[in-house]
Amino acid sequence: MRRRTPSGHGNSLVYLTLVVSLVLSVFPLYWLFVVATRSNDVVGEFPPPLLPGGNLMDNLQRLFGPEAAEAHFARGLLNSAIASVCVTVSVVFFSSLAGFAFAKLRFRGRNVLLLSVLATMMVPVQMGIVPLYMVMVKLGWQNHLQAVIVPFLVSAFGVFLMRQYAERAVPDELIEAARLDGCTTFGLFLRVVSPALRPGAAVLGLFTFMGTWNEFLWPLAVLEADNPTVQFALSQLATQYYTDYTLMFAGTLVAIVPLLVVFVLFGRQLISGIMDGAVRS
Amino acid sequence: MTTLEHEARGEGTVVDRRRRARAGAWSRLDLHGSPYLFVAPFFVLFAAFGLFPLGYTVVVSLHKWDLTGDAGLIGFENYSTLLADPDFWNALLNTLGLLVLATVPQLLGALILAALLNRPIRALLFFRLGVLIPVVTSVAAVAIVFGQLYGRDTGLVNGLLHLFSVGPVDWQASRGGSWVAVASMVNWRWTGYNALIYLAAMQSISRDLYEAAQIDGAGPVRQFRSITVPLIRPALIFTVVMSTIGGMQLFTEPLLFGQGDVSGGSLRQFQTIAMYMFEQSFQNFDYGYGSAVAVVIFLLTVIAGVVNAVVGRMVRGGTQ
Repeated sequence: MRRRTPSGHGNSLVYLTLVVSLVLSVFPLYWLFVVATRSNDVVGEFPPPLLPGGNLMDNLQRLFGPEAAEAHFARGLLNSAIASVCVTVSVVFFSSLAGFAFAKLRFRGRNVLLLSVLATMMVPVQMGIVPLYMVMVKLGWQNHLQAVIVPFLVSAFGVFLMRQYAERAVPDELIEAARLDGCTTFGLFLRVVSPALRPGAAVLGLFTFMGTWNEFLWPLAVLEADNPTVQFALSQLATQYYTDYTLMFAGTLVAIVPLLVVFVLFGRQLISGIMDGAVRS
Repeated sequence: MTTLEHEARGEGTVVDRRRRARAGAWSRLDLHGSPYLFVAPFFVLFAAFGLFPLGYTVVVSLHKWDLTGDAGLIGFENYSTLLADPDFWNALLNTLGLLVLATVPQLLGALILAALLNRPIRALLFFRLGVLIPVVTSVAAVAIVFGQLYGRDTGLVNGLLHLFSVGPVDWQASRGGSWVAVASMVNWRWTGYNALIYLAAMQSISRDLYEAAQIDGAGPVRQFRSITVPLIRPALIFTVVMSTIGGMQLFTEPLLFGQGDVSGGSLRQFQTIAMYMFEQSFQNFDYGYGSAVAVVIFLLTVIAGVVNAVVGRMVRGGTQ
């Protein structure tokens, strides 16, 4: 609490600025919703329609119907759901396991290995997509869903994050006590460490899920239009039906529903995750 | 651990001792082997799908390599072609221009937003959730909505400008127009994220400093410049470096702004280097050349990151 009471004038300026930035934040998404519920003939109108209309169902039917068959939207949703869940579960599990080992176990070469995790963290994966594509060709995985899953089952950033978290969240006495009780190291991880890691793992899981759901460039490189992820399907809509705004916006709306659900349910955790440095752009 | 070893060496019947010795061996194996088992999945998968592709990019970039396969080592030929390629320089210019237009307003806006959110205000969580919304949205969604807002004939932006008798502006047609449109997408999406980072840093500053400054007669602006900004410098450097890395890889926004056209407009007026890399690799199937572009993007990112970090340090020297 700051003891100084801000002057009324200054304070209203603060609120005004905050409200304006809030409106700017929300407006594009609100506009997305408005257009998705309208018909195409009102899109170019000015002043624009600012309230939702009654065409959402109609637009959704077109999105999943034969008219937009080229976009394979339902397939994209299913593919992205599968990929996001697999990647999230795997990243959270392996990051927790390795993070715990780096934070709490002693072994030869620990520091060197940890340093190599840190060094690779900042390298953009995008840089390696040509050879990664060649690997996929060798494995016969082009246009198969595993191509957007398997390469992302582990994350250097996740390991680093969970190591930082385990360092703080798991007391050494707890580990020693469990050891004296004859717990194996993996038993220790399952029964003692993972409950303590849960809040950190949840934040990592949320951001991994959103990141995989939003992944764009790699699916575009390795998948084909008939077996897309949801973002790929969106780009198909934007490419092939770009004059059909209501169709495009209905698809975009559907594509961000899982993200909005995460936002509504876990908004606070996302904020504290960002403020703790749990995400990178 | 010492207790277990002690037990294993301890007294007892022969059978008992043997059993204990075996348990001791197991637990020692568990103790020394498990850590490696725990970190192994990460390193194995990362080596195969992360490290190998990164390193192999350099190898491929030194080869003539297209759809028909590897046609042999050609040394630095891809790189010398690249340096003489006007399309590459055009893409680099676009990337750097967009980097400036998308980073500077974003970080300044975030700084102001964070300073406001750091004040004792009502409905704090509500406003914080508000700035979080764009972060949660997908890039493709942002690009599609903004693409429509910037439409020449049906976009809201031109509708608003028309009220001031400006336009209609064909945002896609010109370099300046498309830069502004694409940069606004990036700014919209990341300002809130950076504001939350700054806010976290600001909250760790001791209140005593502000009170002391107030006693010395420093106003809010002076306090902000002389206390807040210097003390959140690590967060500032972090966001500048992260925005730079992000900016060098800009791809989705300009791609969807141009209806999925990887050449970034009819005159390549908003093609970024990431798009150029994609075009060469996956549209022209020139893997060798595409890899050379990737390596150059990587080097430029490292250079830009280092320059930013160094500048950040120098600024520190300047104000103290």
